[in-house]
Amino acid sequence: MLELRNITFEVPTPDGAGTRRIIDDLSLTIPDDRFTVITGPNGGGKSTLAKIVMGIETPTSGQIIFNGRDVTNLSITERANAGIGYGFQQPARFKGMKVKKLLDIAAGKKLPMLACNEYLAKVGLCSAGYLTREVDKSLSGGEVKRIEIATILARDPKLAIYDEPEAGIDLWSFDRLTETFRDIHEARDGRSIVIISHQERIISLADEVILLRDGKIEAIDKPEALMPTLGFVAKGVPGCQLTEPTELHLTEIPTTC
Amino acid sequence: MAVDLSPIDASLLQEIANIHGLPKGAFNIRKDGKLVERHSSANIEIATKTDHPGIDITIADGTRGETVYIPVIVTQSGLKDVVYNTFYIGEDCDVTIIAGCGIHNESHQASEHDGIHTFHCGKNSHVKYVEKHYGEGEGTGERILNPVTNVFQAENSVCEMELTQLRGVTSTVRDTNAELEAGAKLVLTEKLLTHDDQTATSNMKVVLKGEDSNVQVISRSVAQDNSVQVFNPLVIGESMCRGHVQCDAIIMGNAKVKAIPGIEAACEDAMLVHEAAIGKIAGDQITKLMTLGLTEEEAEQEILEDFLN
Repeated sequence: MLELRNITFEVPTPDGAGTRRIIDDLSLTIPDDRFTVITGPNGGGKSTLAKIVMGIETPTSGQIIFNGRDVTNLSITERANAGIGYGFQQPARFKGMKVKKLLDIAAGKKLPMLACNEYLAKVGLCSAGYLTREVDKSLSGGEVKRIEIATILARDPKLAIYDEPEAGIDLWSFDRLTETFRDIHEARDGRSIVIISHQERIISLADEVILLRDGKIEAIDKPEALMPTLGFVAKGVPGCQLTEPTELHLTEIPTTC
Repeated sequence: MAVDLSPIDASLLQEIANIHGLPKGAFNIRKDGKLVERHSSANIEIATKTDHPGIDITIADGTRGETVYIPVIVTQSGLKDVVYNTFYIGEDCDVTIIAGCGIHNESHQASEHDGIHTFHCGKNSHVKYVEKHYGEGEGTGERILNPVTNVFQAENSVCEMELTQLRGVTSTVRDTNAELEAGAKLVLTEKLLTHDDQTATSNMKVVLKGEDSNVQVISRSVAQDNSVQVFNPLVIGESMCRGHVQCDAIIMGNAKVKAIPGIEAACEDAMLVHEAAIGKIAGDQITKLMTLGLTEEEAEQEILEDFLN
């Protein structure tokens, strides 16, 4: 369980005269087995909040309790080892590092090829060409993003935070990805997923949706209750097949290719 | 000839040539300026030069799948060893050459090895050359390596050269020269890590003489502490050819890196590209690996290892 107590995060204003509040006295509890989606307008503090939980940013004040332990002053590494995982919105690239190696590091052990194949298949990547590829500029933005998500799947943390996993991913892979998130959630094995997303289909998977605006929680509710207020219903024709790539989705990704 | 390899010798050989004891097939092991052991094979003949110190390695036409080892180790301080090794590789060969120099210096006197390697690659031959330089020892004596590599590639030959120097060499000036005839291809990969007050200079000159000749120069280096590195690769295109020079350096501490990739075209159909980048380890790389459970130091080490791969 993750508990945030009165988290505030401030940064200096560009003129250096004062501070700007990015996260404003925010308190939140995310129980085990919970699938939470954090949504809200750009600049509302979503990514900052996720980075504060991972330890990448240090809150100006407040407390972070993870599974009963105060992790506020723990390093990124210590939090990772305590079971917190974070999938970056804009993943790092590594010259010379193979995809397989990154997955091994994520898992904390040398993974069998089959396991790597499965992680990559879950994000819609055919592994034959990818495991030996380098995580560098030769990969497209969508590819490196899916590899980023695969590292979190390989790490299998107790609390996984994905920062806009849909960004840069094509519709076919996105379809596969939502299935993966649904599968993890349905396993109900004590793991919690937090996804920062603007995507209607991801939001609809959630147990609970948090609307974050100006560093504060504006609303927390079930998706069916909150979604009408988010403006999604205004687009498209309800029930229109075109809103989902159902004809094209990849239901079977070969794992031995 | 009696073979006398101490544990230090064996360890150096393992480090530079990845061999345990004496290798199979053709080899020539040189220690402190003297021959330790030599073996020729049916297709690869190794003979002592008559005009200079060093050896001539002659590889018969059509030799395929063979490896020749010519490691050099220096354990005697105060020694300056200069050696000329010339390879005559026949036509239609496919061979691997493992070279390298390991210096173990416990003294305050300098140890130096200057290897002048010349390759004549026959038509349609494929040569893989792996050279590793390494220095060790607690002494304050300098460990100096100044290799010269000259490559002459005949038509349609392919040469892959991997030149590596990771740690321990106080000072190095490397000169690499190559000339490529029509259809020849050269892939030159250089990996370098310097630390403390070490200096390393790498000069390269590759002349693409023949049509459809092709060179790819890949330089990956890490400069730590107060070390200084200078890269000076030059590719000259004299005909319809392709050349690509890529220098990538990670700089740490108070190190200095100077990269001056050069291209010269003397033909309108020459396609030459160079790129160079020097920078510190990106913070987002370290952060990512820390989110996967590595400490900052482990993350940095991992990034460097992969970068030099």
